[in-house]
Amino acid sequence: MLAGIRTVDLRKVYTSPPPVAAGVGGFSFGGSKAKSKQPKPQITALDGVSLEIKAGEIFCLLGPNGAGKSTTVGILTTRVRPTSGQAFIGDHDVWLNQVVVKRLIGVVAQRPNLDFNLTAREILTFHGAYFGLSHHERSKRAEALLERFKLTDRADHMVRGFSGGMMQRLSIARAMMHDPQVLFLDEPSAGLDPQTRLLLWEIVREYNQTGKTILLTTHNMEEGDALCQRLAIIDHGRVIALGTPCELKASVPGGFLLRLRFGVHSPEFLERLQSLSGVREVRATDGVGADLYADRGGSLVPAVAQLASAAGVELHDVHISEPSLENLFLHHTGRSLRE
Amino acid sequence: MNWKTFLAILARDAHVARRNFVALLFQTFLQPLMFVFIFGRVMVGSGYMPPSYKSLLLPGIMAICMVGTGIWAVAMPVIAEFQFTHEIEDRLLAPMEISWLAVEKVVAGTLQSLAAGLMVIPAAWLLLRPGVDLRVPHPLLFAAVSLLVALFSATGGLALGCSMQQTHIGLMFSLIVAPMIFFGCTYYPWSALESFPILQKAVLVNPLVYASEGLRATLVPQFPHLPLPAVLAVLLFANFLLMAMGLRKFYGKAVS
Ligand SMILES: Nc1ncnc2c1ncn2[C@@H]1O[C@H](COP(=O)(O)OP(=O)(O)O)[C@@H](O)[C@H]1O
Ligand SMILES: [Mg+2]
Repeated sequence: MLAGIRTVDLRKVYTSPPPVAAGVGGFSFGGSKAKSKQPKPQITALDGVSLEIKAGEIFCLLGPNGAGKSTTVGILTTRVRPTSGQAFIGDHDVWLNQVVVKRLIGVVAQRPNLDFNLTAREILTFHGAYFGLSHHERSKRAEALLERFKLTDRADHMVRGFSGGMMQRLSIARAMMHDPQVLFLDEPSAGLDPQTRLLLWEIVREYNQTGKTILLTTHNMEEGDALCQRLAIIDHGRVIALGTPCELKASVPGGFLLRLRFGVHSPEFLERLQSLSGVREVRATDGVGADLYADRGGSLVPAVAQLASAAGVELHDVHISEPSLENLFLHHTGRSLRE
Repeated sequence: MNWKTFLAILARDAHVARRNFVALLFQTFLQPLMFVFIFGRVMVGSGYMPPSYKSLLLPGIMAICMVGTGIWAVAMPVIAEFQFTHEIEDRLLAPMEISWLAVEKVVAGTLQSLAAGLMVIPAAWLLLRPGVDLRVPHPLLFAAVSLLVALFSATGGLALGCSMQQTHIGLMFSLIVAPMIFFGCTYYPWSALESFPILQKAVLVNPLVYASEGLRATLVPQFPHLPLPAVLAVLLFANFLLMAMGLRKFYGKAVS
């Protein structure tokens, strides 16, 4: 039953404007005359995306807004028709076997889509009913999920008055209700407070422990870094880098950061650090600390230590951080992911 | 086809309707029953209308209630759930073909419309009594017409709801539903338009005409009405057309 995810050269060209702009459209009864005069827009959201995500993996799509993350998730969850290419959940072609695929997946969409006419508990139990769970089974699961997501005290309230974070937690609980093999989370932590984000990460890891595949999208590199076994960085509908967080970060030149602490240091000493080969920049943090940006990490430490002892400065502490995904994105696109 | 899923989604709609029951009652019946009271009771009682108008009015009021309820019950959720709350997405991801979700909406709307039609008869009868002369010579025919009318309201609601932006709900009611009601032979029989020959031909494009005339033909056949076979044929045709159109548009909204 374990199911992975595979896409082959997915392309998606939208021929209508994005939904936000569609509000000005007006009546569309029959053939709308006003619209057909303007040329149809052609928005290429995906431009040949091929991915292979193993069963049981936590995989992350990382990219800025408009990169095509939600479109990829949409295609994989039957909500968007691919212009060309194929998408598979397990062995099932998503477009051709929609009902089979829908049984295998749980989806948390980017924008909230909770049923406003129901209470939190009813949202879970009705979702369970859609998937054919027995009455007993769905009450039991709903209770457990409400507990796990810390929603028990609001379980029988209408969700209309819920905060964004509570809605998000309930959306995730709902997606897990029918115990899907593959879980999609589209920007799950956008707008969550740090504490809830940690709860989310914990729950995602726990769900993954049971062999489930998880695809999550984010434009937050720390999340991709902390949570995922592998990730793909996408921009303008193309995969620009793919691998484990470590592999990806190692591919960035000059991306290491050495945080050094000395007994005491002087400007002359920092200048000498600057002249070491591979060092790009040195910044004093206070009287005793310095941040050293360089294109290598551990291999630079002996040289630093040597320099320090030659200058009579005592080296107290060295902390090496690996290059970050942020730097990788910057390196590939010349833009910052945060924008 | 997955019956478990279909029925569960229908149960969800029933649950929501039950929760909003009181509001639904007022929304459905208040206006038509006020009309019944003023025209059937006050105007007749004071002699401005003939007593037979009571019996003539009732099928028309039934048609208005049924069509209004069905359209409202299908079109409003479709518009709101797709464009505003997106809450339909959970049901779009339920393990069932997407088109069955549209069918479910039509079934739910049909049931609500039938309930409204069945409830308005005793209510209006109580308001108008005495002097209401309902005959119903063929109960089965009456049931068939009622079912077709209810279906028409629901398929019409689906087609309308899927063609309309959320910002145009008001426009939908004032531009489409209200003219339909006033030119739908609801407050008067079709034969009353004889002295307006052009109008009499023109209103024949309005399916509500067939709904009210059909109910008139089966509830109070003593009044002049359109021939029943024609009514049945047109209603059937309208249902097919609206259903096909609704399904196509629903699919277009559900999948980008
Ligand atoms: N339903 C739609 N209709 C038209 N264009 C769309 C639609 N959804 C997304 N787009 C466009 O496709 C591109 C990719 O969007 P999306 O997949 O939502 O990116 P992301 O989730 O990475 O922010 C954007 O340019 C966006 O405007
Ligand atoms: Mg997105």
